[in-house]
Amino acid sequence: MSSSSEKGYSVRISSKSKMFSLNLKEVLKYKDLIWLFVQRDFKTKYKQTILGPLWFVIQPLFSTVVYTLVFGNFAGFSTDGVPQFLFYLAGNVPWLYFSTCINSTANVFVMNSSVFGKVYFPRLTAPISTVITCMLNFFIQFSLFLVIGMVYIVTGTPVQINWVATLLPILIVQLAMLGMGFGIVISSLTTKYRDLQVLVSFGVQLLMYLTPVVYTASSLGESLFYKVVMLNPVSPIVELIRYGWLGSGSTPWGYWGISWIFTMAVLLAGILMFNRVEKNFMDTV
Amino acid sequence: MQSDREYAIKIKGLKKRYRLGVIGGGTLQGDLQSWWAKVRHKEDPNLKIGEKSREKNETFMALDGIDLTVYQGERLGIIGHNGAGKSTLLKLLSRVTGPTEGDIYMNGRISSMLEVGTGFNPELTGRENIYLNGAILGMTKVEVDSKIQQIIEFSECSKFIDTPVKRYSSGMYVKLAFAVAAHLDSEILVMDEVLAVGDMKFQQKCLNKMSDVSREEGRTILYVSHNMATIRQLCDRCIVLDHGKIIYDGDVERAIDIYLDLEASDDTYIDYAKIPRFYWLTNTRIQTKYAQYLHKDDIIFSRKEKQHILLKWLNEDDIENLCLRVEVLRRDRVPVGTTMLYDFYSGKKDEEGQVQFSLDISSLVPGRYATRYTFFYMDQFGNNFNLDNVNGLYFEITSEENDIVWDVKNWGSIELPQVKIEK
Repeated sequence: MSSSSEKGYSVRISSKSKMFSLNLKEVLKYKDLIWLFVQRDFKTKYKQTILGPLWFVIQPLFSTVVYTLVFGNFAGFSTDGVPQFLFYLAGNVPWLYFSTCINSTANVFVMNSSVFGKVYFPRLTAPISTVITCMLNFFIQFSLFLVIGMVYIVTGTPVQINWVATLLPILIVQLAMLGMGFGIVISSLTTKYRDLQVLVSFGVQLLMYLTPVVYTASSLGESLFYKVVMLNPVSPIVELIRYGWLGSGSTPWGYWGISWIFTMAVLLAGILMFNRVEKNFMDTV
Repeated sequence: MQSDREYAIKIKGLKKRYRLGVIGGGTLQGDLQSWWAKVRHKEDPNLKIGEKSREKNETFMALDGIDLTVYQGERLGIIGHNGAGKSTLLKLLSRVTGPTEGDIYMNGRISSMLEVGTGFNPELTGRENIYLNGAILGMTKVEVDSKIQQIIEFSECSKFIDTPVKRYSSGMYVKLAFAVAAHLDSEILVMDEVLAVGDMKFQQKCLNKMSDVSREEGRTILYVSHNMATIRQLCDRCIVLDHGKIIYDGDVERAIDIYLDLEASDDTYIDYAKIPRFYWLTNTRIQTKYAQYLHKDDIIFSRKEKQHILLKWLNEDDIENLCLRVEVLRRDRVPVGTTMLYDFYSGKKDEEGQVQFSLDISSLVPGRYATRYTFFYMDQFGNNFNLDNVNGLYFEITSEENDIVWDVKNWGSIELPQVKIEK
C-alpha cells in the first residue's frame, strides 16, 4: 500500500495496532513529566490542612496501634518475641505501600479522563508517577519505623538487624512493580466495566489476611495454609523485610523466586493490556 | 500540484466510527449474560423488545473517509457545523483516540491544544503550572527553562506568577495557559477554538503570534473555529467538513462561503414544528407555525420584485397589540437592516393568527440574505418584549446586467436613495 511519498514520516497513526508494543522508549522521553506529576501529587495532597505532612505518618501509626490492640493483646498472636508495636509496624508499612499502589493505579484512566481526553502523552506516565509518589510516602513512613526502632534499642530491647535488611531497595522496587502491575491490569479492564473497581478495594482488604502482616508465616508451620499464604506474591516480600530489620520470621528464598516470576508476568501483562486500551479508551470510558 | 513540497501531515482513508447509545451493558454481569445467551442460541435477556441484537448498536460515522495532505508551513483552517467531524479529526491527529480505519502519517512533532490549560492544577502556582502544562504538552524541563521568561511576559501575569492559580481570574488563567501553548517547539500545532476565550486584545496577540511562528519558522498550523474572522486572519487554506467528509478544500473565502451556505435552504416554505426552539426563549406566548413565499417557486428575486410573505402562528396566551420585526441579515449573520410592523393584531388564547405582508427589497444590493422574524409587543415606554423569534426564509437577489459590481466589504449591503443634485 505505502508508496514512496509516505517515506520519512516520524509518527504514524494507524487503525491497526501491534500486538506487542511496550512503548517504553517513549515513556522515557517523558521522564520530566513523570517527575512533575510526582511533585504535583506530593505538594497538593495535604495543602490547606493543619497537620500537613504529619498525615503521612498518622495513618500507619493509628492502624498499627489498632493491630497491636486487636491482634497482639486481645487475640494474642505470637510476634516471635519482638515488641508488638514494632512487629506490626514493620509489616504494616510495606503492606500499606502495596495496597495504595494498587488502589491508586487501578482507576488511573477514569481519574485522568479529562486530561487524557484532551492531549496525548504516554499514558503509562500516570501510573508510574503514582507509584513513585507512593514510594515517597513509604520512605517517610519507613523513617518513622526506624525512629521508633531506635527508641526501642536505646531503651534496651534487643532488635536483631541482619544483612537481609540491605535487600530493602530491591524489595520495595518489587512491591512497586507488583502493585503497579495489578493496578494497570485492573485499570485497563475498568474503562468498560466499573464493577472491578469496587471489587478491588474490597479484595485488597481481604488479601491482607493472606499476607503475614499481623502474624508471622513461621507460626503457620508446614500447613497447607502456609503454602497458600506464601504463594501470595506479597508475602515473601513482607516476610523478608521483617526478617531483615527485626530478625523475626523466616527467609523463604524459594517462594521469593516464585514471587519474582509472578511480578514480572503481571507487570508485562499489565503494560501490554494498558497499551492496547490506551488508544481507544476515550470512546468507552 | 504541490507534490515537490514536503508534507507535514498525510491522511489516507481515515474513518472513525462511534456506537450510538449506551456502550455495552455498563456492567460485566450484563455483558456476560448476553454472551452466555448467545452461546446457547437463546434470546438475549438484556434486549429491549423489538431489538435484534444488543451488540450491533446503531453506529455513527464521525469521519467517513478523509484524504488530506497538509504541507509544511501551511495554516489550514477547518470549518463545518457542529457534528461535522472537526473535533474528531483533531482528536485523531492528536492521538487522543485511535482511528477505526485508515492511516495518518506525520512529519515532525505535533502538539495539540484542544483545550487551554489542560492539566492545570489549581493548588500550584503559575510558575509550577507552566512547567507541568509544558511537560504535558511535550516539552522537557530544559526547554521550559529556556523559555519561561518569554512565557511569563507573554501571559501578562508576571505579578501573580508565584500565586496559586486558583486565585487567578478566569482571564488570567486563560492567558497563562495560552502562553505556554504558544511557546511550544513542535513543528505541527493543532488548535480547537482555543482563541474563543480571553479578551479581544489578547486574542489578537495570540493570532499574531501564531501567524509569526508559522511564517518565520515554517510551522504547520491546523485551526478549527466557528469564528470566520479569525479563520480569515490566520489561515491560508481552508477545508469544509460536512457529515464526516471533506466537501471543499482550497481558498479561504470560497470555503467560508460554502460553509455559510450549508445551513441556508432554498425552500420557499418553512414548517417550524420540525425546528427546535431557542432555549433562551422560555416564556414564548406566540408559537410560529410556518412561513411561506406567496406566488413564488424559488428564492431568487430581482431588486424590482416585492416579496409576498405569509406567516401563521398560534397564540399561547391572549395577545394584544402584536408587533412583528423582520430582520435581514447577510449569510454570515451580520445584520443588514430591519423593518417593523406595529400593532397589527390582537387575539385570544389558542386561536391561530396569520398575516400576509409584502417586503420591499429594492434598497438591498445583489447577494444572498437570511432573515429572522420576531414577534414582540411594546409597552407605553417603548420597551419591547420578544414573544417568539425564528429564523426566516432565505433569499437571493440577482444582479441586473448593467449593474455596477458592488463592493460589499467596503460599501455595505444597502444602496441608499440616490443623491439629488440641488444646484
